[in-house]
Amino acid sequence: MTSHQPLPRWADLVVLPIVNLAVALLAAGFMVWLVGQNPLEVITVLVHGAFGTQRGLSYTLYYATTFVFTGLAVAVAFHGGLFNIGGEGQAILGGLGTGLVALWLAASLPAWLMLPLMLLVGALFGMVWAAVPAYLQAYRGSHVVITTIMFNFLASSLLVYLLVNHLKVPGNMSVESASFAASAKLPSMHTFMQWLGVEWPNSPLNTSVFLALLAAVGVYFLLWHTRLGYDLRATGSSARAAEYAGINPKHQVIFAMGVSGALAGMVGMNEIAGVNGRLMLEYVSGAGFTGIAVSLMGRSHPFGIVLASILFGALFQGGAEVSFEVRGFSRDMVVMLQGFIVLFSGAMAYVLAPAVAWAVGLVRGGASTAKGAAHG
Amino acid sequence: MLGISKRFGPVQANADVNLTVASGTVHGIVGENGAGKSTLMSVLYGFYTCDSGSIKVNGKAATIRNAHEAIALGIGMVHQHFMLVDTLSALENVMLGAEPHVLLHKAEALVRSRLTELMASTGLKVALDALVGDLSVGDRQRLEILKALYRGARILILDEPTAVLTPQETEQLFGVLALLREQGTTILLITHKLKEVMRLCDSVTVMRAGRVVAEVAIADATIENLAEAMVGRKVQMGRVGDTDKAPGEVLMRASGVHVKDAMGVVRLHGLDIALRAGEIVGVAGVSGNGQSELLEVLSGLLAPGSGSLAVGGREFAAGAWIDPRTARALGVAHVPEDRHERAMVMSFAAWESAVLGYEWLPQYCRGGWMNHVHMHKATVDMMERFDVRPRDAQLQSASFSGGNQQKLVLARELGQSPKVLLVGQPTRGVDIGAIEFIYSQLRAMRDAGCAVLVVSSELDEILALSDRVIVMNQGHVSGELPIAECNEHTLGMLMIGGGSAKGAQAPRAQPAAAARQGTGT
Amino acid sequence: MDEAMIGSLIASTLRVSTPLILCALAGLLSERSGVIDIGLEGKMLFAAFAAGAAGVAFGSTMAALLIAMGTTVCLSWLHGLACVSHRGDQVVSGVAINIIAVGMTAVLGIAWFAQGGQTPAVSGDVRMQSMMPGVVAALEGVPVVGNILGQGFLSHNVMVYLALALVPAVWWLLFRTRFGLRLRAVGENAHMVDAAGVSVARMRYAALTLNGLLCGLAGSYLVLAQNASFVPNMTAGRGFMALAAMIFGKWHPVGALWACLLFGFLDAVAIRLQGVRLPGIGEVPVQAIQALPYLLTVILLAGFIGRTVAPQALGRPYLKER
Repeated sequence: MTSHQPLPRWADLVVLPIVNLAVALLAAGFMVWLVGQNPLEVITVLVHGAFGTQRGLSYTLYYATTFVFTGLAVAVAFHGGLFNIGGEGQAILGGLGTGLVALWLAASLPAWLMLPLMLLVGALFGMVWAAVPAYLQAYRGSHVVITTIMFNFLASSLLVYLLVNHLKVPGNMSVESASFAASAKLPSMHTFMQWLGVEWPNSPLNTSVFLALLAAVGVYFLLWHTRLGYDLRATGSSARAAEYAGINPKHQVIFAMGVSGALAGMVGMNEIAGVNGRLMLEYVSGAGFTGIAVSLMGRSHPFGIVLASILFGALFQGGAEVSFEVRGFSRDMVVMLQGFIVLFSGAMAYVLAPAVAWAVGLVRGGASTAKGAAHG
Repeated sequence: MLGISKRFGPVQANADVNLTVASGTVHGIVGENGAGKSTLMSVLYGFYTCDSGSIKVNGKAATIRNAHEAIALGIGMVHQHFMLVDTLSALENVMLGAEPHVLLHKAEALVRSRLTELMASTGLKVALDALVGDLSVGDRQRLEILKALYRGARILILDEPTAVLTPQETEQLFGVLALLREQGTTILLITHKLKEVMRLCDSVTVMRAGRVVAEVAIADATIENLAEAMVGRKVQMGRVGDTDKAPGEVLMRASGVHVKDAMGVVRLHGLDIALRAGEIVGVAGVSGNGQSELLEVLSGLLAPGSGSLAVGGREFAAGAWIDPRTARALGVAHVPEDRHERAMVMSFAAWESAVLGYEWLPQYCRGGWMNHVHMHKATVDMMERFDVRPRDAQLQSASFSGGNQQKLVLARELGQSPKVLLVGQPTRGVDIGAIEFIYSQLRAMRDAGCAVLVVSSELDEILALSDRVIVMNQGHVSGELPIAECNEHTLGMLMIGGGSAKGAQAPRAQPAAAARQGTGT
Repeated sequence: MDEAMIGSLIASTLRVSTPLILCALAGLLSERSGVIDIGLEGKMLFAAFAAGAAGVAFGSTMAALLIAMGTTVCLSWLHGLACVSHRGDQVVSGVAINIIAVGMTAVLGIAWFAQGGQTPAVSGDVRMQSMMPGVVAALEGVPVVGNILGQGFLSHNVMVYLALALVPAVWWLLFRTRFGLRLRAVGENAHMVDAAGVSVARMRYAALTLNGLLCGLAGSYLVLAQNASFVPNMTAGRGFMALAAMIFGKWHPVGALWACLLFGFLDAVAIRLQGVRLPGIGEVPVQAIQALPYLLTVILLAGFIGRTVAPQALGRPYLKER
């Protein structure tokens, strides 16, 4: 998704996303008004619900953690020139891997061995689930978008099958596995902060948030400071130039998707190891698709992704609060807003670019529209 | 066409061109690359509007603003790159856009009968129900001609028609064109192949650098003076930077390189070439005669169907050809012809493009970790030495002017002190000021003992730089001359494939195993 | 298996396949013109909601159908605006439509009907009934073929027959009319079509309009013939299955039909096979059968069952180069 427009770089990276977000918010706000709510009231409750209390903030960050993983996954693939819609399925597989190894070994291994192992296996499962479509794209020409969509469905079928037929605790009504032994659980933030001597409310937020931040930093360094990242970005930007440089595009496709899948697979550490402590049916529930929105908003940059993840986390948490306080509102509004964001920041990202360029030109007194990308 | 002028930015593609063609004749338009022939015909066909000038068709003034108006005037064009849909039948392709009926079976019946008549009267035979994807290149071209004739073309423009044909197909085409001429169709033939012009045309216009330099009836022309007119410049004696050093050992040798493209057309016919230390070899010839494929094969971007390569003490054969990274490791540098797509990653900043292809070198990358400081420093160095402006290593590669981009690419490739330097179109899109600088750098490389290969469609450039000139024509080396023996006569003849100069290679017999297809470009 | 079972199996297959067929045809028309349509799922969902809401509000089948189709046509045009008129990414646009549909249908559902996102049940007269109940009853007693013919083939509502009839209709449109020829050409080589004087944008928008109409029918079917009310997320991946069927059918109406019937059959079989032990395989998990359509599509795309050749210009926005 390369850009061909004469916007100066700062406008492209900062102004345009904000404009697109604003338009998306307007569209969503219009819908809110249409169904008889007061958009301003909704926004106030939402912001307060997301950031106003420690507990609210906690939930916001917990949601954000998952989105950081799926957002990074989409971003890494984008940099390699690929659209990874399979984040949903890769996250499912990652959680599955994390959970399976926990069920198998948690009783016999201490936490300091167990948790890294769970992370590793989760990432590995996610990686494999992305690498197969990648291989099919690179060597058999199968369109990675279609195959990853199919793999999403295969993943959820697989999860249901395993849970219902093999992992369900007999005699239990709910479709869940047995609980993991204590060594397979990531400490919650409440526990962690207690250990630091700080008061923190009980919430699903757990130490995997640090893992998410680490992952963001790691992706940043990988993409812009390592040769692997250099080769990946070169391929994503110009496959012919990469060929000229001796980089093998097929290898890059598999590498990009592999890393992408591994990142998505880390969702398991948040949801399975961090919060639930057992395997269940719904632990991804759309996070893979939110990751797309997050990556688009964050312009595929880890820093932007962290910010966008917090934004979406706030929307989810704030949205839940609003649905308590404001009658008739539901979380689906947030889903709708997410869709608008994908639409305006993604598909229609450059519809507004001419208008933004014009405005930028006005602001800078006309000189800037002539400046910018002057082609040789 | 009278007084046609057309400018694209700084380039004057056509300058006051006059073209008069009598109806029912075949008129050739010849010239080197960039002479302006395609632009002129595009103006006639409505793809471009001329800046000034006028066009008269059949005596009446005409404005042609798009292809449809051209078609309405009876002008049809057969492009070099066919406009056909592979998955549809030949009949459907002809019909598209001009279907006589909403229901296809009725439309097809009408078109079929008309086409059958047309095929009978012109001798152009195409299997109407075959899928275009299954047709040979020659058939597809016939189909394109049929398409134009079906729409009532009385003036037919053919753009480099024989570029993709086998010799037999070329013969067949000539037959068709002769027949069409007999029937009163006017034919305009854009080509650089003078032999064909001599055979087919009644008259010819020679263009050079956007202007008409000659307009003669074939009866009054000879192939020699056409070649001279096309090439038309004096070789300068006593060029700058000539030394008397004899070339050294062979640093790269390719033998029997045979390349077929995706359509099955042979691009290189068992070519041999040797590059010696301290020598600049210039490859002259009209673009499209295999020069690009030669560069790609030697740099490792393209693996030939058969052949061998010896460089840096290692041998490579067709099944296990050299790859670009190994080539660089062995001291082969490559300045590609296609700057935008190949030489740089346009969205990268300059300091990242400046190591493209070399990012694995220890000074830039230690244990997988890129050393940004060194990369920046190297870029700044390169910009200083080659006067790249603006001196901003952070600026996006796409934001530099063409000349500065080229200087950066050269700085990168030359900066690795390569043993073999392959350069394609070194000064394309480069401003005058930088050209001499680039030439002096190339000469300096030669003087330092590097083996340099320069491919250029600008004959001036070849003559200014080379110690030895190789002329390519139709995938063969048609001749090889030391610079002292080059003049516009010999070179022109070699470029059109005529004359037997020493070093000309006869087409190689195919190796015993059927020549496998090279990986196409 | 007795004939009653065969009859009911056929009936199930046809009923499940109907929305798939309609959606697959919709996707086919769009993709044949070169526009990737990932948004089939979202459009079908929106149509189901629109049909449900309109059916309750206006009490008329016609109104429900028209409003549903109108809604999806607008969504298809939105897709076209992003991808054809502006150079937006076609996949992203489709994904956006899917997400917006999930959210907006729930939002409007809650706001208008306050039933947790569900629409109230559409009344019996609005719902589509079986077309020929009398014939079915009459065939009941006939031995051997009675049930198969009656239950299996003749017991359906008009939309099932409409969907089946649309297959040859779309085939005829694509392969026997001037419009179809141009549409197919646009999806293969838009440049050539432009040079021949046909507007690429207009062809693509026409394809998208038809696409919208068919998606509208597909979604309406879910509410007017299958369920009775709209339930949040009721499409449950059918749009993607239709996409898979279209690819499996190699972008050909008849191929898509067979693929949809196959997928519908698998769905019908899945329920019946639960708990049944097959010789040599043991009990087949229902999830395996449910996953089969997707698995088959992947295997097909990987080239293990014949070659798939997508329309050449698929996914590439058309840029006039001058």
